[in-house]
Amino acid sequence: MTERTISRSADAAAAAAAEAARAEAPAASEPETLVQPPPPVRRIVVDHAPTIVGPPADGATAPWPHPAHSGPAANGRSTVSNGKAADKAVVPAMERMRCEGVGISYAGKPAVRDVHLPVAQGEVLALIGPSGCGKTTLLRSLNRLTELTDSAERTGAILLDGEDIDTLEVTHLRRRVSMVFQQPNPFPMSVFDNVAYALREQGSRKPSKAELHAEVVDAITRAGLSDEIVANLDHPALRLSGGQQQRLCIARAIATRPEVLLLDEPCSALDPISTTIIEDLILRLREEVAVVIVTHNLQQARRIADRVGFMYLGELVEYGTADQVFEAPVHERTRSYISGAFG
Amino acid sequence: MATTTPPTPSAAPVRPATPLPPRRTPTVKAKTAPKDSWRTWPLRDRAGLALCWAAGIFFCLVAASIVLYMLYKGVTQLSLDLLVSSPESSQDQTKSGGILDPILGTLILTTIGIALAAPLGVTVALWLTEYGRPRWLARAVEISVEIIAGTPSIVLAIFGLIVFSQDFLSFLSFEATGGGVFGRSFFIAGAVMSLIALPLVVGATREALQSIPGHVREASYALGKTKAATIRRVLLPAIRPGIATGSVLGMGRIVGDTAIVIVLLGATVQLEAYGDTPVLGTLRGTGSTLTSYVYQNSPAGEGGSPDKAYAAAFVLLLIVLALNFSVDLIAAGGRRSRGGLSDRGKA
Amino acid sequence: MALAARQPRTWSDARAERTLGAGAVVTLLFVVAMVVYVVINAWPSFSHNGLAWFGSGGNVDQQLHDIQLSPADPDQYVYHLRAWPLLYGTILTTALAVAIGLALSLLASIFLTEFAPRKLQRVLDPVVRLLAAVPSIVLGLIGILVIVPFVRDTLIGQETKSSLIYLVQLTGQSVAVAVFLLVVMISPIMIAIITDALRSVPKSWTEGSAALGVNRWRTMWRISVRAARPAMIAAVVLSTARALGEAIMLSLVASSAQSFSPNPLDGIYFFLEPVHPLAATIVDNAEALSATPLKQTVYAFAALLLLSSAILSIGGTFAKRSMRRYGIQS
Repeated sequence: MTERTISRSADAAAAAAAEAARAEAPAASEPETLVQPPPPVRRIVVDHAPTIVGPPADGATAPWPHPAHSGPAANGRSTVSNGKAADKAVVPAMERMRCEGVGISYAGKPAVRDVHLPVAQGEVLALIGPSGCGKTTLLRSLNRLTELTDSAERTGAILLDGEDIDTLEVTHLRRRVSMVFQQPNPFPMSVFDNVAYALREQGSRKPSKAELHAEVVDAITRAGLSDEIVANLDHPALRLSGGQQQRLCIARAIATRPEVLLLDEPCSALDPISTTIIEDLILRLREEVAVVIVTHNLQQARRIADRVGFMYLGELVEYGTADQVFEAPVHERTRSYISGAFG
Repeated sequence: MATTTPPTPSAAPVRPATPLPPRRTPTVKAKTAPKDSWRTWPLRDRAGLALCWAAGIFFCLVAASIVLYMLYKGVTQLSLDLLVSSPESSQDQTKSGGILDPILGTLILTTIGIALAAPLGVTVALWLTEYGRPRWLARAVEISVEIIAGTPSIVLAIFGLIVFSQDFLSFLSFEATGGGVFGRSFFIAGAVMSLIALPLVVGATREALQSIPGHVREASYALGKTKAATIRRVLLPAIRPGIATGSVLGMGRIVGDTAIVIVLLGATVQLEAYGDTPVLGTLRGTGSTLTSYVYQNSPAGEGGSPDKAYAAAFVLLLIVLALNFSVDLIAAGGRRSRGGLSDRGKA
Repeated sequence: MALAARQPRTWSDARAERTLGAGAVVTLLFVVAMVVYVVINAWPSFSHNGLAWFGSGGNVDQQLHDIQLSPADPDQYVYHLRAWPLLYGTILTTALAVAIGLALSLLASIFLTEFAPRKLQRVLDPVVRLLAAVPSIVLGLIGILVIVPFVRDTLIGQETKSSLIYLVQLTGQSVAVAVFLLVVMISPIMIAIITDALRSVPKSWTEGSAALGVNRWRTMWRISVRAARPAMIAAVVLSTARALGEAIMLSLVASSAQSFSPNPLDGIYFFLEPVHPLAATIVDNAEALSATPLKQTVYAFAALLLLSSAILSIGGTFAKRSMRRYGIQS
């Protein structure tokens, strides 16, 4: 009985709100030439649970809590009903990478300090934080790209599927952990050659164009590039628009079917429409790969992240599910960052 | 994706999610080789790497042997006496004197050459960068500078021979008995030498001008200065290192050129002046330079004194090295003094 | 007011433009004059021989000698010349030198940019620049005083020499020495240009390639070298022009006594046979230019050299332009 009344009053409230919106709508639609108000921040609600194969639930089913914050964060769920988080709580994600005590310093100056962080399949992990706080450095250490800088030193261990990445051959590691950069950087070749690049340079035998064609088309389609591009694969890559170039870079990165995809502020150089397209793409991709994205844009993190790590001055201050970090952050610093007090 | 199960990792089995990560004390780990080691590359790549090393080593060896051999020969053959005495023509090496005249000849030619090339080169570069209208004319001038840069010096030399053998230009050299214009003198050789230095001056000056950002010129115009005044007061002082670099590079080319000297300087071993006026006489006369001295004393010329040829070649090398070194000095000095006016001071 | 009336007397813009433009036009006129003069003076030699000028037949030395000794009457000037041995010598030495030089320089540049140990890199960079500045006469001197005797005595040997004395005089001045010295002369320039280009490949590309799991060699070869192709073309054009016009050094080490066309079918001896390139021929005849027909023949050679260097520059520009399509900057 009470339920029905509650739901009926909820419906009535919803109806009233809709009325009000409709009343405003004609007024709002008249001055079409004026700037429309920005759409409200929306939650993307998936309509089905992501398919995750995990170990049988045997009690240790709580999502991974940060050791410094046991307690309320251990449950990690907010009370807001969200299909995404609810399903997550039941089936733990399969962990693909893990940082243990990772510290990185450039020429003696520490950029990242003592980070413990898991990266799991089927999830988008967003690293947020103000500029210069080590997010990109941490991301680059995941595929050992920090080694390209001579003065960089790394302590701690990073595991990929249980293996220490230092013991892996670095080129093999980078094929399993791919990266997309902030500025789209397609090579000065055709679209086909760009996507086939990593596939070609694998061993001594060079695969023919016919062999690669199917995989290239598949990668391009998965990356959501339009049909016109698929029709003309010899188009010079540098003549594409910015958003298309970035999607081409994503296609190139997923062509080798990596296990982890690292994205370093992929949308910061793009217009809003391209940004939306790429965010949808990321959400589609997270079923196949583990996604780690560094972003400056808190709204973007809210839109697409499942888990969030907040970094400040090289330390991982808070880690948890997106709902928990955004709605009920534990740390004071996190709270002030999210509310915009600094950054 | 067609399948719904993610690909299983190759090695380790799926681990259960533990509530707490094992807390290891972070140790400084011995890193694997930071750059990917060639030991893991396929055979083709390793062969390529080996070829690269071979080419690099070969080049080092060649460079080292040239440098060391010339050093050895020069130090053993060069003496102070050689530097200050004039050469004599003689078949006997011990009596064939020193290399003073060739040194003087080199100095004179270089001076004339760069004195003609530098102003003309700066003029052309300024016009091309700052004005350059009409466009077809600018393009034609650019192409002609490129053509001069690409023309072999022997072609320029014999072209100079035609032109300066004309009667109306006889004041630049001298008339032989019988009315034919000799057509060879320091003036003439210097004039043609300026041609081979010209493209270098133009190139370096243009680069220096283009590296001055546009807002510097705009600031000057905004203060009411005309373009001409801007060029004179703002741009020219700023590109001085660039002009100096181009000039020094041009001098290097002039010093090292042999073909023009052989064709256009006459073939006298000593500086033979023509007429009595002190400076003009020398300039209208003939002589030799270090390069032609080396040529004459090698088996291709008279072949008299190969040792002296080595000595002269060594002095030549030292001059060229000194000129190259000064290019770096100019560039460094230009950067220091002007701070951030332009990005590069050297070509 | 009074201050405004006292404008400093500077040049007006129009006047400055005219003055500077005059200097530029002088250069242009000069080049035009040069081309015209050389072609006019070269024309009689071409017109008397027709297209057979480029063909072969007879001994070029003998023909040049006859031209020089032609009688003083203009109607009886001798122009007969079949210049193919000279052209063949030029093309042979230049093509071999540029091909070998390009391969060597590309590999050495890759070595310098990526694989050389740091200390070696720091030493080699100024060494390359210094070598580029060495005058060709010095190389020629070392060539004729050191390398040619070495080839003559060690590689050829007395018996071979005397056995072939009726066909050709093997003096050690040969294709091999000429090509070797040309390669040494043009390599530093090519290495300097190509290393510059390899170093200025945008880091986003090389980093992107490394992040895709491609090893250093493949990254260098597929991305950097590909991006450096316009620079390689510029280097080839520059070196070809230099090799074509190199007169002094080649006249020292190639051959000044005889014009001979080395035959590739001779096997190893091909490299030991003398050759007589065009520019060297000009130098050898430079003193005898008072004889008019010889002068005109020599100008014919010069016209040919001028034409080829002009074609090289223009061809290089076009080739670089076609690379812009894929975004490779030149």
